[in-house]
Amino acid sequence: MVEIPSRSRVPQVGSEAQLRTVLAALSGVDAVGVTARAAKLATRSPKRETKARALDLAIAMVDLTTLEGADTPGHVAALCAKARRPDAEDATCPPVAAICVYPDLVATARAHLAGSPVRVASVATAFPAGRASLPVKLADVAEARAAGADEIDMVIDRGAFLSGRLGQVFEEIVAVKEACGSAHLKVILETGELVTYDNVRRASWLAMLAGADFIKTSTGKVAVSATPPVALVMLEAVRDFAESTGQVVGVKLAGGIRSAKEALRYLVLASETAGSAWLEPRTLRFGASSLLTDLLLQRRSQRTGVYARREHVSVE
Amino acid sequence: MSERLDVRKTYKLVIGGAFVRSESGRAYAVAGADGAFLANAARASRKDVRDAVRAAQAAQPAWAAHSALLRGQVLYRLAEMAEARAVELGDQVARAEGVDAGAARASVARGIDRLVWYAGWADKVGQVLGGANDVAGPFFNFSIPVPVGVVGVVAPADSSFEGLVDALVAPLVTGNAVVVLASEHRPVPAVLLGEMSATADLEAGLVNVLTGRLDELGPVLAAHEAVDGLDLTGATDPAALAALAAHSLTRVLHAGPPATPEGGLRRLRAFVDTTTVWHTVGA
Repeated sequence: MVEIPSRSRVPQVGSEAQLRTVLAALSGVDAVGVTARAAKLATRSPKRETKARALDLAIAMVDLTTLEGADTPGHVAALCAKARRPDAEDATCPPVAAICVYPDLVATARAHLAGSPVRVASVATAFPAGRASLPVKLADVAEARAAGADEIDMVIDRGAFLSGRLGQVFEEIVAVKEACGSAHLKVILETGELVTYDNVRRASWLAMLAGADFIKTSTGKVAVSATPPVALVMLEAVRDFAESTGQVVGVKLAGGIRSAKEALRYLVLASETAGSAWLEPRTLRFGASSLLTDLLLQRRSQRTGVYARREHVSVE
Repeated sequence: MSERLDVRKTYKLVIGGAFVRSESGRAYAVAGADGAFLANAARASRKDVRDAVRAAQAAQPAWAAHSALLRGQVLYRLAEMAEARAVELGDQVARAEGVDAGAARASVARGIDRLVWYAGWADKVGQVLGGANDVAGPFFNFSIPVPVGVVGVVAPADSSFEGLVDALVAPLVTGNAVVVLASEHRPVPAVLLGEMSATADLEAGLVNVLTGRLDELGPVLAAHEAVDGLDLTGATDPAALAALAAHSLTRVLHAGPPATPEGGLRRLRAFVDTTTVWHTVGA
């Protein structure tokens, strides 16, 4: 278990100028080095008992997500059933960490998850673009909270970040964090739109300084989502942040992670970069929908020694 | 003029329309009937089996959805490709099976003829294996053969091309996708046929060819839950593989029927299910 000390050592950021000074002090990212390091770690492949444990851990880290315009209460109910008991034929399979839905479906998810350890997460703040005024974003968060969300996934205003209005991005996160109350705040950086690894590092620090409980790669709605090098940069950021402030921030990898193999690679990456203390659902999550199916198939294959049939695992 | 160096081909696996080395990086030397080195072939692993089955699963629905006529035309195209490379096939069959050039060419010709014969079955198999059933009511009632899905084929050990055609093409005609475990000691003609399939309008993944040790790959393929049919013609211990396949209700053809019209029809019948549809009789 990771000890979470008080926030006292987190530098207080009083002005945009001060924020700029802190972010400017971050060293640049060696893009070639990061890519090579991520590729090298991807060659490690856990086997047998380690793999079996890693698969269970990955399942327990999944934020089972559905963020489609066509979502219905029935669909969310089915997803909740899968979240509580991912493998209907095997009670030893752990439940997932959370269900992630749009705010209007939080109440549905809450009702269907009653009495289970599965948490309810909701995207808010004008997901996925984040292009709305602050009062609208706060109202979005308030609605999700009122409906019973335990975790809020917010998007940052990439337009503001990329045009240098860092103070605005910071203020928004602070305001949303306040609106969250006791709910965990995950800040989506949408790394696919941040262009450079330097920006990913700066945005990670900005979000952590503003009070994020998690930093999250992507919405899953743009072409480029989570990639191993981006994950490496973010994991370095949470490690460095914990070292300098004592504050442990989680990482959520989301978008485009579909296979168990990729998920296990991210576990290796997290263990080698941030440390094994991060290998628990409280500090590492996978935002995904189809990933769970592959994890379950691999888990079955691992236990039976026979390659499993996709149709034997519930679709959702 | 200096003597030319041998240009030796390393035969690769055919998985999902791509020619790939084994995921394991392994290869093995293939000897001709005379014991001399013939070629290097990839030695597939259980993960290659998994990848091939996945590719076959992905490709099969679109193939089954084509009109029977089009499937026949595509398979005829495969025969055209084989005909164009008949000399190469004959050469490889001669070296692998230790027969003289004339006998090898004749064997390849019979194999190609058989391919054409199967291609012709595509739009006829429905009439022979299906039919209109008499029912007590104002309905038409039809039985229609439908493909089982993915068929795993343990290719004949001895007949490296002619025998392979029977085992490989019969499931394809009726709309299945195939994963072939080539003859362990005579794999080259199977890989060549896999190469031809890639240029014969067969969508990627419909024909997957794996080379390697049968006692390593056979059980993995047989036990795979997503394999719906199993042709064990070339298996050394068909009963053991059939037992592994049993838990996922896989259709099994234990031994290859003879290469006769009756035998061919038995092969066609082995990997179809029958679905029955009702339709009201019009006024």
